[in-house]
Amino acid sequence: MADPILEVDDLRLHYLTRFGEKIHAVDGVTFELQKGEILGIAGESGCGKTTLVSGLLGLYIPPLHHTSGDVRIDGKSIIGMNVEQNREQVLGRQVAMIPQGALNSLNPTRKVKDLATDMILSHEQGLDKKVVYERLRERFGRVGLDAEHVLNSYPVALPAGTKQRVVIGISTLLNPKVVIADEPTSALDVSTQKAVVRLLFELMDQEIISSMLFITHELPLLRHVSSRIAVMYAGEFVELGTTEQVIFDGHQPYTRALMGSMLSAEPGQKTKRPVAIEGAPPNLKNPISGCRFAERCPVARLDCPSTKQVLRIVAGREVRCKYAESTAQTLGDMGASAP
Amino acid sequence: MTELKFEAKDLSRTFGHGKRQVTAVDRVTFSIKDREIVSLVGQSGCGKTVLAKMMLRLEAPSSGELKFDGRPIGAESDPRKHWRKVQAVFQDPFSAFNQFFTIRSQLKSSFTLFETKPSDKEMEERVDQALLAVNIKPKEVEGKFPFELSGGQMQRMLLARIFILRPQVLIADEPTSMVDACSRASILDYLMKLKEELSMTIVFVTHDIGLAYYVSDSIFIMHQGKIVEQGPPDQVTQSPSSDVTKQLLDDIPNVHRPWIERVA
Repeated sequence: MADPILEVDDLRLHYLTRFGEKIHAVDGVTFELQKGEILGIAGESGCGKTTLVSGLLGLYIPPLHHTSGDVRIDGKSIIGMNVEQNREQVLGRQVAMIPQGALNSLNPTRKVKDLATDMILSHEQGLDKKVVYERLRERFGRVGLDAEHVLNSYPVALPAGTKQRVVIGISTLLNPKVVIADEPTSALDVSTQKAVVRLLFELMDQEIISSMLFITHELPLLRHVSSRIAVMYAGEFVELGTTEQVIFDGHQPYTRALMGSMLSAEPGQKTKRPVAIEGAPPNLKNPISGCRFAERCPVARLDCPSTKQVLRIVAGREVRCKYAESTAQTLGDMGASAP
Repeated sequence: MTELKFEAKDLSRTFGHGKRQVTAVDRVTFSIKDREIVSLVGQSGCGKTVLAKMMLRLEAPSSGELKFDGRPIGAESDPRKHWRKVQAVFQDPFSAFNQFFTIRSQLKSSFTLFETKPSDKEMEERVDQALLAVNIKPKEVEGKFPFELSGGQMQRMLLARIFILRPQVLIADEPTSMVDACSRASILDYLMKLKEELSMTIVFVTHDIGLAYYVSDSIFIMHQGKIVEQGPPDQVTQSPSSDVTKQLLDDIPNVHRPWIERVA
């Protein structure tokens, strides 16, 4: 178990606005990703998921700045490099990202083989183009593509599903140690979503992908994808546990609210209405002392907005809620939905 | 009330010519009753948006007929007459609003669709009411531009416009797909509110049969331009007759059911 490939240590990131204000988008995130594991990160838009991804890639492009904390891949820190060094040593090799809009992330004016060749040549200079092409053919075949045809096509000529495979194929060309999938399926219909997840599993079985972070706002999807789930809210992890613990027995009121807002087409579920989480997450400009979810929390108590919340172990998982032990009880008494 | 709002008979729409001809909607026949929420469900590219656009008079049918209130759509020379009765909510609220004007002024400008504009005071009041109807305090958006709001809030602005215009029919084309999972439920609640309070007929276009099941009175399943199955939600989801429906149901990740079998 204790064989982490990615270690994140109290990572804090901020955006610097043009008025000189700091927005603390990621505020003290600590976790480990084990070798061969899929860790899911869930949270609503604006909770800092995508900022966290930039941080994990080591891509600090203004206005994003690194405040403090460390990210280590295979024991080596990736913090403190400039963009060029980072591109050469980290991106693609150590850690790669599968972007959200996979369908629009290919340059339409260049053939797939040129895009993929660039990826290899930017890391291994001086290779013969023929050697590279052979490698591409072999790899694209393994991703389940008609390599010859796809490599010689322009992205526009390919159907959506194929494009998705191409993007995933290019992202994983250099066998990165960690793959970060940032909402890879949120723009897709349910059937294509399933195909993409299936492809990711295939690549893991073939050991092209070894460890993965899967970021999404759909908790039910993570049920089938990841072994552990971290729930993120307003720049912090609020709960981190195994998939079963988080989905069926969340101890943070936010986790419960997130589950309650999902709906499924299970027969006989029409009576169980999904409940939206009202209100908006807090502004992260000013440091927040108390619980960040208190304002929207259905079971908040008087001292919640002013008490500092720390991550602690409750029922075998990490939870950031002072009253986590009684969450299930209180919500149950109120008749709130359990999954 | 069994009055029919829409009636389609052998309705088709094709694009292109000769070899490159694509049939987006292929001889569909259906009817939509008054005050009903009908969901059009299908994968991307199955023709559901083209069908919705024909109902909105944004695309003309290639063949067959499509009637609204008993008269063929397109018989009128002025499309605005159609749009006073049939309105739409689209997928991306940011592309639906002009970035250079405040939200409030754009909501107010929707009154220009009417033949006679109400007085300025009445317009302001109706904008306020519409904002309250979608649970947004008018003060929250005062002087704000579209890019200052979140996706969920902007989608509610599009719905506020519907509360202002009060059309007879609302065509909602994937209104929830750009919205966060946790605000999705509220968008669906507003659709039901429009039906109940303003007795609107709603055509809800989606790829997620789960959402369709939750809101609709009737579900049409589309595949490759054809309607392959239609019926009440319970029947469609519990005893699906078409393989397409079974596939759609099967593809939704559900916490209580295995989804992908994995060897490793």
